[in-house]
This record gives sequence, structure tokens and C-alpha cells, in this order.
Amino acid sequence: MEKRVVFSHKTLPYLLLAPQLIITVVFFFLPAGQALWQSMRLEDAFGLSSEFVGLENFQALFRQSSYLESFKVTAVFSVLVAGIGLSVSLVLAVMANRVLRGASLYKTMLIWPYAVAPAVVGVLWLFLFSPSVGIIAVALRDIGIYWNPRLDGNQAMILVLIASIWKQVSYNFLFFLAGLQSIPRSLIEAAAIDGASPARRFWTIVFPLLSPTAFFLLVVNVIYAFFDTFAVIDTTTQGGPGTSTAILVFKVYSDGFRGLDLGSSAAQSVILMFIVVCLTAIQFRYIDRKVQY
Amino acid sequence: MVERRPWLDFLAHAILLLGVAIVAFPLYVTFVASTQTAQEVASAPMSLIPGPHFIDNYRQVLFGGVGGNNGAPPVARMMFVSLVMALSIAIGKIAISLLSAFAVVYFRFPFRMFFFWMIFVTLMLPVEVRIAPTYKVVADLGMLNSYAGLTLPLIASATATFLFRQFFLTVPDELIEAARIDGAGPLRFFKDILLPLSKTSMAALFVIQFIYGWNQYLWPLLITTQEDMYPVVIGIKRMISGGDSVTEWNLTMATAMLAMVPPVLVVILMQRWFVKGLVDTEK
Repeated sequence: MEKRVVFSHKTLPYLLLAPQLIITVVFFFLPAGQALWQSMRLEDAFGLSSEFVGLENFQALFRQSSYLESFKVTAVFSVLVAGIGLSVSLVLAVMANRVLRGASLYKTMLIWPYAVAPAVVGVLWLFLFSPSVGIIAVALRDIGIYWNPRLDGNQAMILVLIASIWKQVSYNFLFFLAGLQSIPRSLIEAAAIDGASPARRFWTIVFPLLSPTAFFLLVVNVIYAFFDTFAVIDTTTQGGPGTSTAILVFKVYSDGFRGLDLGSSAAQSVILMFIVVCLTAIQFRYIDRKVQY
Repeated sequence: MVERRPWLDFLAHAILLLGVAIVAFPLYVTFVASTQTAQEVASAPMSLIPGPHFIDNYRQVLFGGVGGNNGAPPVARMMFVSLVMALSIAIGKIAISLLSAFAVVYFRFPFRMFFFWMIFVTLMLPVEVRIAPTYKVVADLGMLNSYAGLTLPLIASATATFLFRQFFLTVPDELIEAARIDGAGPLRFFKDILLPLSKTSMAALFVIQFIYGWNQYLWPLLITTQEDMYPVVIGIKRMISGGDSVTEWNLTMATAMLAMVPPVLVVILMQRWFVKGLVDTEK
């Protein structure tokens, strides 16, 4: 893991590291430290003074029903995004792996949503599902479903789910396809010789060999659902109606920048930081065991 | 697969085509909407055939701006801002990460591993988690509404450094030995040997970071208040902030199409590097 041969200069490495270190300290450690600091203080309405209150902000948060509600919404949202997203992309990847002709064309046609901004994704699906002019909304009305995500919390959640999953499928698809292509054909052929059907081969050989990729994608999808979907939610439902689509990161934004409750927002940030660190640690711990240099 | 099963092949193509259709459907509808007038779009259901107003809509959106009070500036300006932002983030990140990875891998100095872990930790916390304090830091430095404020906080993450470090570790030692024998110093080695070898990694990272930079939403939302510093993704949101005026969907969709073009182009043209970069970054 280390180089045997190195240069012996003493000051040059510090100069090389300096740009990144400076930026990291100023724009990462300083703010992160301040978030921790601010989460333990209570500011008055005009920000003129603040007092140290220890863990009170955190306690108040957990007593707030809207915060607990937000936890629930985020949990449901991320489970669905990850679950449905992974399943759909796995199916697509398996099919793409089978097909010999046109495989690369399918690949190109399926991966471009990765490039679309989450904000634009939100706008696209908002348009399609817009209660008055959206094509899909009108079609739903014609078959009797009264569609209005501004009034119905479940429908708002469905809208946000569809938009988020639509975008993420291409990313998952890429990784699953790469994983599938790295499975040695000899294993599959041996199973076929032994008389296993395609379905049997999939569940007993392919799926277990794919599990590192699947696990990695699971963590990535959960982190995506926690954070990158902010733009989708802000463009479509703004956390509404009520709080039915207010995921945790959205609440941090709206409490901090709209509600101007900085202490609570900082406390929420700290809790989110903790969750992300745990998730990333699990991911790296697990992946690192499989990496060789 | 291994045996010939025609019906499974047929099923595979069917599912793939369905997938492609679902993926492409919103794009098609958006394109059609951007070629019609606002009334045609509002008369639900909208027809699925492209209309004749392609040039008018796009010209108006690019140079005229949309809507009354909660409208957005001309899209051409916003595309420019987005472009500068995306390029700065991509190039900036790659540049400082190359230097840092080089320092960490090819030198020995006190606190080396400490600095490395410091940089590594930034991987764990996306910008969304530290928005309020980072905003304060940027405001204190007077960088609101500036390109520096838009890009610098987003360069502070270590994905690129990590990737380059892993790559440098696979470069054979013989190369650096040969360089030293020939009397080359570290910077010479870096410029003439390491950089050319890293071209594929740089290309892959460029694609990913360009898209990341172009698609940034939460951060620009916070620190830009002047309309002429909005990136294009923020501009789109402003166009649909309903309120009193009716959303002009046809123009909004035209903007959406324009906003999608550069990143999608980058992905499709550099597809090979992009796929390699994504898959290799995580291994």
C-alpha cells in the first residue's frame, strides 16, 4: 500500500497539499465545527445574542412530532427509492446482459438520465403530473382517479418517488451491468451442464456473486435518497402538503433558512452528519475488505 | 445465454424496450411541449405531436427571459453561469486533487497520514449537511453572488484525491526509479510521466464532476440572490413558482431541454470514460 521509492524533498509536499488543505479547512472543518457549536446554542429572533443550552436543542427536536414525522417520511422514502430502484435496474441489467445485439445501444439509451439535474427531473415530472395540464394526470382523471398531489400526501409521495427512482435507475443499471459482466461464464456454463434452469442459475449463482455490488448500491441509493433528492422535492412539492414529503434534509433547509431557527437546524444537521458518517463507515468497512492493490 | 431460448430473448428485448420507452417518455413530452404555444399546452390533454413554435420559444427563452415578477433572466446568461460553475468545479477539483494525491503517495513527511485522513473525512459529509455554517463562512468572506462562492465550497471534497491516490499506487516503481536515475526532480516526473498516464482517470473524473457541478441546486439556491448569477437549474425552479402568474409550461420546458443538453452531451460523447470512471471509483 506504500511506495518503496519516493522523493526526498521536505517542503515541496506541503506546498502541493496546501491548496486542498486550505479549502478543506475553510469550507469543511470550520463549518462543520460551527454546526456542532451552534447546535448547542439558542439564538434570539434577531441573532443578536445566543446562549449555551447544551443538548436542549436535541431534546426539543425529539419531542417535536413534525421532526419524528420527518424521520418516518425519510425512512419510508429511502427504503422505497432503494428497493424499487434496485429491483427495476437489476431486471434491466439482467436483460441487457442477455442480449447480444444492440447491447451498447440499449446502454446508451438507458444511462443518459444520470446527466439530468435532480431539479430538472422534478420539473419534468411535475409537468407530466400537473393536475391541470399534465398528460398523465389527465389520463388518470379519465379513468376515474382524482389526482392532485397538492392536496393528497400519498400522491405527493408517489410523485416524488417516481421522479427520484426514474433518475437513479440509470446509475444502478450501470453498476449492475458491470457486476454481471464480471461473473465468469464458466460458472454459469457449469451450472447449465448440471441441468439448472436460467431462473435457478440466477438465484443460486449470479445473485450471490452480485451481492457486493448490490450492497454498495444499497448504501449509495440510501445516501442519494437522503440528500440528492432535495432538489426534486423543492421543485415539486416543497415538502408538502403539510409535511408528507418533508425529508430530513429538507427540514434542515426550511427550518434554517425559512424559519430562521438556526439552533434547531444546526442540531438537525448534526444528527444527519451522524447518520451519514455511520452509513459511509459501514460502506467503506465492507468494501475495503474486498479491495486489493 | 448458454442455450438458445428464443422466447427469453424476445422477453429480454421487450423489457429493455419498455425500459427505454419509460426513460425516454418524459424527454419526448418535454420536447413536444417546448415547441407549442402556452395555450396549446394548457389545453389538456396536450397533443403528442411536436408543434411549429420551436424557434420562437427557444429564441424567447434564450434571450428574452420568462414571466413577470418571479421570472428568470435570459437563459443564455444562466447557461453561461452554469457552464463556468461546472467547468471550474471539474477542473479545480481535478487540479488540486492531482497535487494532493501526488504529495501523499510520493513523499514522506511528518503528518502525512494525518493530512490524508483529514482530506478523506470530507468524503463523508455532503454539502447539504453543513449548509448554514458554510453559508456564514462564505458570506463573511464576501463571496456571496460570486463564482468563487459558487465553486470553492464544492471543490472541498475528496473523491478525486482518493481516485488519483489509488491510481498512483498502481503506477510501477520502475518509472520513478528511471526518472531519478535520469536526474529528474519530482515536478518533472509529475509533468512528464504521471500526468500522461493519468489521462483516462482525469477524463472520467471530468465527466462526473462536470455533471455534479452543472446539477448543483441547494448550494446555489442559498448563496445567489442576484438574478444574473443564477445557474440554469435554479432558473427553472423560479419559472414554476406559481404564485399569481400561470406557469408558461412551454417556455419552462424549453429551458428544461436546454438545461439538459450540456451534461447529456458530455455523458454520451464521453461514455466510455464515464462508465469506466464510475465503476472504477468505487472499487
